[in-house]
Amino acid sequence: MDPMESIKATFFLECEELLGDLEAGLMALENGEGDDETVNAIFRAVHSVKGGAGAFGLDDLVRFAHVFETALDRMRSGQIAAAGDAVKLMLRAADVLADLVQTARDGGPGVEQQRSMAIAAELEALSEGRDPAPANADGELAIDTVPDDAGIDGLDFTPQTVSLDLPADLEAAAPAPVGWRIRFRPNTDLYAKANDAAFLLRELEGLGECQVTPDLSGLPAFDDLDPEVSHLAWEIELSGECSEAAIREVFEFAEGDCELEIAQLDHHAGSAALPPGPDPAGPEISLSDANAELMAELPGPVAAPVASDKPAKPQAQPASATAPAQATIRVELDRVDRLIDLVGELVINQAMLAQRASESDLGRSNGVSMALDDLEQLTREIQDSCMAIRAQPVKSVFQRMPRLLREIAAMTGKQVRLVTEGEGTEVDKTVIERLTEPLTHMVRNAVDHGLETPGERKGAGKPEEGTVRLSAVHRSGRIVIEVADDGRGINRERVRQKAVDRGLIDASAALSDEEVDNLIFHPGFSTADQVSDISGRGVGMDVVKRSIQALGGRISISSRPGEGSVFTLSLPLTLAVLDGMVVTCAGETLVAPLTAIVETLKPRPEDLEKFGPQGRLLKVRDTYVPLIDVGVRLGWRTSGTDPAQCVVLLVETESGGRAALLVDAIQGQRQVVIKSLEANYQRVDGVAAATILGDGRVALILDIDAVISSRRAPPPTGQASLAKAS
Amino acid sequence: MSQTVLTVDDSRTMREMLRAALDTAGFRVIQAEDGVDGLDRLEEEMPDVIITDINMPRLDGFGFIESVRGDERYRGVPILVLTTESEPAKKMRARDAGATGWIVKPFDPERLVDAVRRVSAAG
Amino acid sequence: MNEANQTVTGGKELISFRIGEQEFCVDIMAVREIRGWTPATPLPQSPSYVRGIINLRGAVLPVVDLAARLGLGAADPSDRHVIIVARIGERWVGLLVDAVSDILAASEEAIQPAPDVACDTVRKFVRGVLPVEGRMISLISLDHLLPEKEAEAA
Repeated sequence: MDPMESIKATFFLECEELLGDLEAGLMALENGEGDDETVNAIFRAVHSVKGGAGAFGLDDLVRFAHVFETALDRMRSGQIAAAGDAVKLMLRAADVLADLVQTARDGGPGVEQQRSMAIAAELEALSEGRDPAPANADGELAIDTVPDDAGIDGLDFTPQTVSLDLPADLEAAAPAPVGWRIRFRPNTDLYAKANDAAFLLRELEGLGECQVTPDLSGLPAFDDLDPEVSHLAWEIELSGECSEAAIREVFEFAEGDCELEIAQLDHHAGSAALPPGPDPAGPEISLSDANAELMAELPGPVAAPVASDKPAKPQAQPASATAPAQATIRVELDRVDRLIDLVGELVINQAMLAQRASESDLGRSNGVSMALDDLEQLTREIQDSCMAIRAQPVKSVFQRMPRLLREIAAMTGKQVRLVTEGEGTEVDKTVIERLTEPLTHMVRNAVDHGLETPGERKGAGKPEEGTVRLSAVHRSGRIVIEVADDGRGINRERVRQKAVDRGLIDASAALSDEEVDNLIFHPGFSTADQVSDISGRGVGMDVVKRSIQALGGRISISSRPGEGSVFTLSLPLTLAVLDGMVVTCAGETLVAPLTAIVETLKPRPEDLEKFGPQGRLLKVRDTYVPLIDVGVRLGWRTSGTDPAQCVVLLVETESGGRAALLVDAIQGQRQVVIKSLEANYQRVDGVAAATILGDGRVALILDIDAVISSRRAPPPTGQASLAKAS
Repeated sequence: MSQTVLTVDDSRTMREMLRAALDTAGFRVIQAEDGVDGLDRLEEEMPDVIITDINMPRLDGFGFIESVRGDERYRGVPILVLTTESEPAKKMRARDAGATGWIVKPFDPERLVDAVRRVSAAG
Repeated sequence: MNEANQTVTGGKELISFRIGEQEFCVDIMAVREIRGWTPATPLPQSPSYVRGIINLRGAVLPVVDLAARLGLGAADPSDRHVIIVARIGERWVGLLVDAVSDILAASEEAIQPAPDVACDTVRKFVRGVLPVEGRMISLISLDHLLPEKEAEAA
C-alpha cells in the first residue's frame, strides 16, 4: 500500500477511537462526572481529528472540526460552562463530526450540508457568547468567515509552513541578484533553547556564498568568561540570488533571541547600506573553517551534557489523567487465528498424550504424571492467553449506543439517559462484531416500547427522563450483558391477547408471567400497536434471539409492570472453545454444551410415560418433559434402548423449553475446541459443530435446540392452535 | 551514523506521518505517545532532535519541554514543537518553555525535514 | 511407476486407484496426501456414501465412500483401505478407496470422453477414460462428489 494510503487508514481507525473518546467524555460531562481533564481530553480528540484531516486535505472535516475545537477551547478556558445545553449541543456536533469522518472515509453522499452548517453556526454562537444566528431561507449561515479567516487559525488550512510575522510583500519579493550583509548577535536565550549559531550559519551557506566574520569584541577576558552566556556575534556577507524572506526564514527560530540586521549589499560599491558594525576582530575566514574553529576552540554557551543524578521529574497533570498508555502492536487477524488453531491442536495433542500415557500405565510413574499435569496446566494457560489476544472490551459496541439513543429520543419525543457499566469487559472480537446488531435493536426497543412519554411518566410519578442501563460483566466463564429500562414494563395482558390473536397460544392457556414475557421472542411478535419507524415490523425480538443463539448465547427477560424490563444476554467469551459434557451414545462419543444442561439423572422406570404413538415423557419431579433418545434422533439406532439402562441429560432450550435427552453413559466434563463442520462439509441438522477428542477421533457437538425442535413433543399449550393459525 | 529523532504525539496518525517523512529522509525515528512517555524514552535514548506536539494527555508539550530543558542531560537537544495553533501566544509559550523552533501542522514533509536539519547537526 | 506414459509432456499426472475390479484415477494436483483408513464418526442425516468425518491434523474432514458414490456398493473398510485426501473447490475431502495403484502421466489428448452410457452416475462422475497398457482407467471428476450443498436445509 502507498504509505500515505496506509497512514490514511490509520487516521480513520484513530478517528473511530477519538470519536468514541469524544462522545464518552461529553456523556461524562452531561452526567456531571467530568472534570478539567475530561474537557481537555475532549478538546484533544477534536484537535487530533482536525490535525489528521488537515494532513489529508479533508477540508469539510477540517472546517467543522475547527469550529468545534474553537468552542471547546472556550470551554477549556472556562468561558463556556461544561454542562447543560452547551454539552448537549456538543453531543450533536460530535454526531456531525462522526458523519463527516464517515463521509470522508467512504465517500458517498455527504453529510447534509444544512445540518452541519446549522450546528457549526450554533457552535460559533456559543463560542462568541451570543444566540445562534437563524438560518436564512437558503440554509446559508454566517459561518463562511471561518475557513478563509486567517485571524485565529486560518493558516492551518494551507498545507505548508508559512513564516508568520512577515509582510506579504517580502515573501513575494523577487530574489535580488545582489548580496546581503547580515549582522547576527545571538542572545544567551538562543542557546538555552538548544539553537546553535553554527547551524544557522551553515543554513545561510546553503543560500549562497558566505563570508563570515566573527565579532569577538564582546568576548570578556578568559577569567570572566561565562560559558553560559553568549558573547559572540557574526557578520556575514552573503552573495547569491536569495530573497530577504529566505534569510529571515533561516533565522525564524532565532527571532527574539538574537539581534539580527539584514541589509542589501551595494552591488557596485560592495558595501552594505548597513551602518558599519564594530571592527572585525579577526581576519575573514570561510564558513566551514569558522565552524570548525569555533566549535573546537570556544566552548558553546551550552554546557556539555553532564550526567545528572536527579532526572527531571515530569510534572504530571492532575489525578484523573488517563492510565499509562500501554504499548501495543498491530497484528493481522489471520496470524492470531492461525496461532489459535495451532493451540487448539496442541490442546488435542496434549489430551491424546495424557490418554495414551494412562492407557499404557505410564501415567502411574510419578514423574510422568506430574509432568503431564504441568503440561496440561501450561497448555490451558497458553490457550487462555491466545484467546485473550482476540478479546476486546465491549466498549466499542457500547459506544455506538449513546448516539442511537439520542436519535430515537428525538424521534419519539421521549427523554432518555443512558447509563453504561462494565465497558471494559472483554469478549472475543467476533462476538463483539456480531453483538452490535442485536444490541442496537434491544436498545431501540427499550426506548420505543419500554419507556413512556415524559407526560405518561410524570403522570405515573416518575421522573420525566427515562433511564436505559447497559451493563456487561463476566460471570462463570461467560459474559452477561443487560439492557434495562425503567419504563412501563411488559404489558402482559396485551402480550397475551396478541399471542392469542396470532394463534401462538390457546385462549385458555394458563401461562406463568415468565412464560407470557417470553412470548415476545416468538417469531413475528410485535407489541407495538402501530408499526413504528423505529422498531419497524417484522424485525422483532425473535430475530434478536436468533442472532444471540447463533453466537451460542441465551437471552431472557424479566419485567415488572410499571417499573421496567431487563433483558439479559449470556454469551460465551469465545467461539473457539466450549465447555461440554462428553457422553456416549450408540457407540459414538458426543459432546453436549454444558450451558444447556440443567441436570443429569438416572431415569426410574416408574417416571416414564408413553405419550402418543411414539412419544415418551419423563417425569422430573412434578413436570413431564419429552424424552428424546439421542441415538435414534441422530439416526444411529432405530429402536430406543431401555431408558433404565441409560442416563438422562435434562436440558433447557434457548426458549426455556425443557427436554430429557437419553444417552448411554456420561464420560465427564471438559473443555473442547470447536471445529466447524462447514469448513469442509456442510451444516448437519442436530449438530452444532465437531471437536477432536483425546483419542484423536472426531466427536460431534450436539445442537440441543435442533435436536429437540425437530422432534418436538407438543408443549402443554399452544401447539395445536399454532398449527391452526398457519 | 544517522541522526535520531524522538517524536512525541498522542495521535497515531501524526506519529506515522512524522515517521514516514523522517524515515524517507534517513533519520532514525523513535516514538512516544505523550510527555510522560517521551521522558521515559529519554531515559533509554539520546535523540539528536525532539519533535513534540502540544496538546497531549498526562503531560502536555509545554510541561514536556520544561522537563527536558530542566534536565542537564538533554538541555542541549533541539526541540521542535508541532502546532496548528499559530497564535503567537501558543508559540511564545512553547518558546518560553524552551522550544527551539516549531512546525505548523499540517506539514509538508520537505519543510519538516528542513526544520529538523536547521536545528541539528544533520547538514 | 508406469513407464509407458512417462515421456508424455504437457500432460497431467494422475493417481490411479482401485475399487473392486475397476480402476479409476484423479488429477494429482487435487490430492494432498494418502493415508490409511481410520474409523470415521458417522454424521446424522447424511447420505449413505458419506462415511462420516475424520480428524486430519486438527481439521475435520468428511470421508466419501467412493464405491458407494459410484453405485458400486458400499465399501467394508479394513486396514488395507486408504483415504485419498483431495481438494474439491475450497474444501478438503477424504475419498475412501480399496488401494492406490499408480501414478500416471497422460496428455490431455490421451483422455477419451466417457462413452455415452445410460448410467447417471457415470455421466456425473466420470470425466473420461484412459487406456493404459490394455487396461481402462476412468478419470473421476471430483466436482459433484459431495452432496448438493444445503439441498434439504430449511
